[in-house]
Amino acid sequence: MNMPATKIELETATPAAAVAPVVAMTPKRPPRAETYARMARETAVRVIPPLVVIALLTLVWELICRRAGSALPPPSRVFTDTKELILDPFFDHGGIDKGLFWHLSASLQRVAFGYSLSAIAGIGLGVLVGQSVWAMRGLDPLFQVLRTIPPLAWLPLSLAAFRDGQPSAIFVIFITSIWPIIINTAVGIRNIPQDYRNVAAVVQLNPLEFFSKIMIPAAAPYIFTGLRIGIGLSWLAIVAAEMLIGGVGIGFFIWDAWNSSHISEIILALFYVGIVGFVLDRLIAGLGKVVTRGTAQN
Amino acid sequence: MTAYLKLDHIDKIFTRGAATTEVLKDINLTIEKGEYVSIIGHSGCGKSTLLNIIAGLTGATTGGVLLENREVNSPGPDRAVVFQNHSLLPWLTVYENVRLGVDKVFARTKSRAERDAWVMHNLNLVQMAHARDKRPSEISGGMKQRVGIARALAMEPKVLLLDEPFGALDALTRAHLQDSVMALHQKLGNTILMITHDVDEAVLLSDRIVMMTNGPSARIGEVLEVPLSRPRKRLELATNATYLKCRQRVLEFLYERHRFVEAA
Repeated sequence: MNMPATKIELETATPAAAVAPVVAMTPKRPPRAETYARMARETAVRVIPPLVVIALLTLVWELICRRAGSALPPPSRVFTDTKELILDPFFDHGGIDKGLFWHLSASLQRVAFGYSLSAIAGIGLGVLVGQSVWAMRGLDPLFQVLRTIPPLAWLPLSLAAFRDGQPSAIFVIFITSIWPIIINTAVGIRNIPQDYRNVAAVVQLNPLEFFSKIMIPAAAPYIFTGLRIGIGLSWLAIVAAEMLIGGVGIGFFIWDAWNSSHISEIILALFYVGIVGFVLDRLIAGLGKVVTRGTAQN
Repeated sequence: MTAYLKLDHIDKIFTRGAATTEVLKDINLTIEKGEYVSIIGHSGCGKSTLLNIIAGLTGATTGGVLLENREVNSPGPDRAVVFQNHSLLPWLTVYENVRLGVDKVFARTKSRAERDAWVMHNLNLVQMAHARDKRPSEISGGMKQRVGIARALAMEPKVLLLDEPFGALDALTRAHLQDSVMALHQKLGNTILMITHDVDEAVLLSDRIVMMTNGPSARIGEVLEVPLSRPRKRLELATNATYLKCRQRVLEFLYERHRFVEAA
């Protein structure tokens, strides 16, 4: 009920600024500089501590691994050994002798494929289980058992079924990441407040409209929790699966480096795997934030 | 007297396992077109259940609801509900919340532009047009309830059902909204059925007050006519003899004859 009051303030404030623009501009500038300074300070507060920690850890690593006969290379060796790989990630000498960009992109393509399938199937099954008591009674025990099976345990079976590495890897990603998506979606659907269902009933939304206009937005925060866990799991699974199926991919790159005793290359690849996994997680989290901006505030 | 909305021998029995509870017993009530009727009773007496039955959200065990001589037993926009906790969809803007119902009800009879104008017209009625692009989380409780009222009105219901619409609001906002609802009723001539537990609210707004006995097996204990002319002014009524008598009557019913028994 304080709307009128704010309105009056706005109305009085605007003409004052219009009448005396010069006066308004001089006090405006220092605050802007101040905001930049504050932003810089805030960024520094967040960026400096991890940088210090990384520098210290690198130093410790260097000191431990520098002596002769050390099993693992120190960071300086890693850098000199992998300089070419770092500087030119795009080379392609045919076969599996490719730059890291190609390996990563092959892995990401598999993840994108498998994860998209599991997102669609997972949300679909989650809605079914969340909406229907009978579907839940029938499927939930099955899900609870299947989801405990480690990703790689599926690989021999899928190789036997598909007789090819590529679809097998995609299947492993699919089967690994689908469970958290199903379970979280189902919880989200079950938690839709009765009020929203009543609104839909009074307005007489048909099932399709109810699905798109009430169910999905209401359950979106839960769905995105599942999607976020799922993307993490699928990135975990792809590296392991690729070690076994071979071909182009960051997982096989690591395995190949191990077989040729290029320990520095393994370390570099691990670094990239970590960064990509982090970016994927942030991507889904950011997408979730945008999509659920209305619901989450409730 | 022609019955516009008729509650015909409604019983409601809840069954949970072997235990059965009779919530409502033999509820009969007829409401005329344009009438403002309040249902008042202690909490737990089944008045919200009764409203849900009229709205079609819950089924009656026996008996039924007739609207213009036709039985209604499923929810629909002809009996739009203003829910106690506003129930706006948080991911939609104020405009979209109202539009959702309008798009369904007038899908065939109004063009897009007409529907848009109709949404804005209803937001204007409740003085919320300025917040059309805000989300429910960005407006106050009273404003949310205004939008809830606009959403219900925009469906052009035959009966407007208000489920303790002002219960969650502070006293000043509540008074303000009560005046708004009175003005809307005056202007549009809707048939309104309101659930409340506030005696002053019931007397101020209603043409008739239906007083319910305590549950289980709640019945209609008494129906009181409020013979006050409209428009009614809150301040003038404070000393009005008829108003005070009606108020006294409801208070006596609630606190003497049907005193609330704590978890009997």
